[in-house]
Amino acid sequence: MVGRRTDGTPVRRPLSPHLQVYDMMQITSGLSIANRATGIAWTVGLLFLVWWLVAAAAGPRAFATAQWFFSSFLGILILFGMTAVAWFHTLGGVRHLMWDAGYGYDLPTTYRTGRAVLIGTAVLTVLTWFIVIIAWG
Amino acid sequence: MATFTLPKNSTIGTGKTYKAEAGAKNVKAFKIYRFDPDTGENPRYDTYEIDLDKCGPMVLDALIKIKNEVDTTLTFRRSCREGICGSCSMNIDGMNTLACLKPIEDVKKDVRITPLPHMPVVKDLVPDLTHIYAQLRSIEPWLKSDTPPPPDEERRQSKDERAKLDGLWECILCFCCSTACPSYWWNGDRYLGPAVLLQAYRWIADSRDDHTGERLDDLEDPFRLYRCHTIMNCAATCPKGLNPAQAIGKIKQMMVERQG
Repeated sequence: MVGRRTDGTPVRRPLSPHLQVYDMMQITSGLSIANRATGIAWTVGLLFLVWWLVAAAAGPRAFATAQWFFSSFLGILILFGMTAVAWFHTLGGVRHLMWDAGYGYDLPTTYRTGRAVLIGTAVLTVLTWFIVIIAWG
Repeated sequence: MATFTLPKNSTIGTGKTYKAEAGAKNVKAFKIYRFDPDTGENPRYDTYEIDLDKCGPMVLDALIKIKNEVDTTLTFRRSCREGICGSCSMNIDGMNTLACLKPIEDVKKDVRITPLPHMPVVKDLVPDLTHIYAQLRSIEPWLKSDTPPPPDEERRQSKDERAKLDGLWECILCFCCSTACPSYWWNGDRYLGPAVLLQAYRWIADSRDDHTGERLDDLEDPFRLYRCHTIMNCAATCPKGLNPAQAIGKIKQMMVERQG
């Protein structure tokens, strides 16, 4: 963007700071960024699922390797992370569907549903693992 | 394409510190964005220490005190000092608001003041609004009727029809919302942004306007309207307590409904 100085010569106008100064940790923009991040994380995470399925199809030795990885500390951490990511993105998606249907735009409701997404993610993630551990533990 | 960092000519350095006068007890530091187009230097933060015992309660009072008593070169827009003109919109303590409506005591630490975010800066706290005004012009924010008004009478609305304009007519075009919107930051060249879309809906919702269909046609565009991702920063920051996101949501709904 080009403007003029007092003497009429052209000057390139600087861009005012945005991410550098704005409060991005508000529940509004914070959850929006998190929704995108979890979408990306889920896409990347699905590569692990593809690996697991391909290994199962490839034969017992490949499957054993995959199983070894997924029962390692790192593997379990990834699976736990993916559970949280999946729940967050799903609940965030429901929140967006609610908006698209015309509900919940007022600020108090926006903050309430935002907090519900965060609490819901925590509760449902723990619950999912609780069930998994009981079923396969 | 979104660029998360500032361009080379926009990075902010550290400037001068103006100390409070000796004996001042209730001192607050104001860290203010400065840019002088005549020097060719990058923007900088100047710090002004102000004795709050000798200053009005609002951030605008402090800015005026600085300009009057400390540094006359400090440049900012202001007019009504009561939240009705929309001139003194700026980023204070990480949120966009009107300096005249923002109490100093609401800011716990140093008061950091920068221009409306992601805008070209004319000088100090004055952003260039040429582009956003052109966007406002593009939605034709005036009554477009195909019929002449009744002779010697105004165009009548029922109470219900009039009520549909509540929450829309109060907008003072300070552009706090548009410049708080990350979507507008990254796509402001083509996305109209919350303030302009709220104005668009103000005329779409007006029972006296006959061009609703054309107005919707004009917005039916992946960028002009649909870059809104319901981030809700607009509603969170509006100093008038309005909800641009809701107005945009209603436009989107009308788009779907008219397809039958």
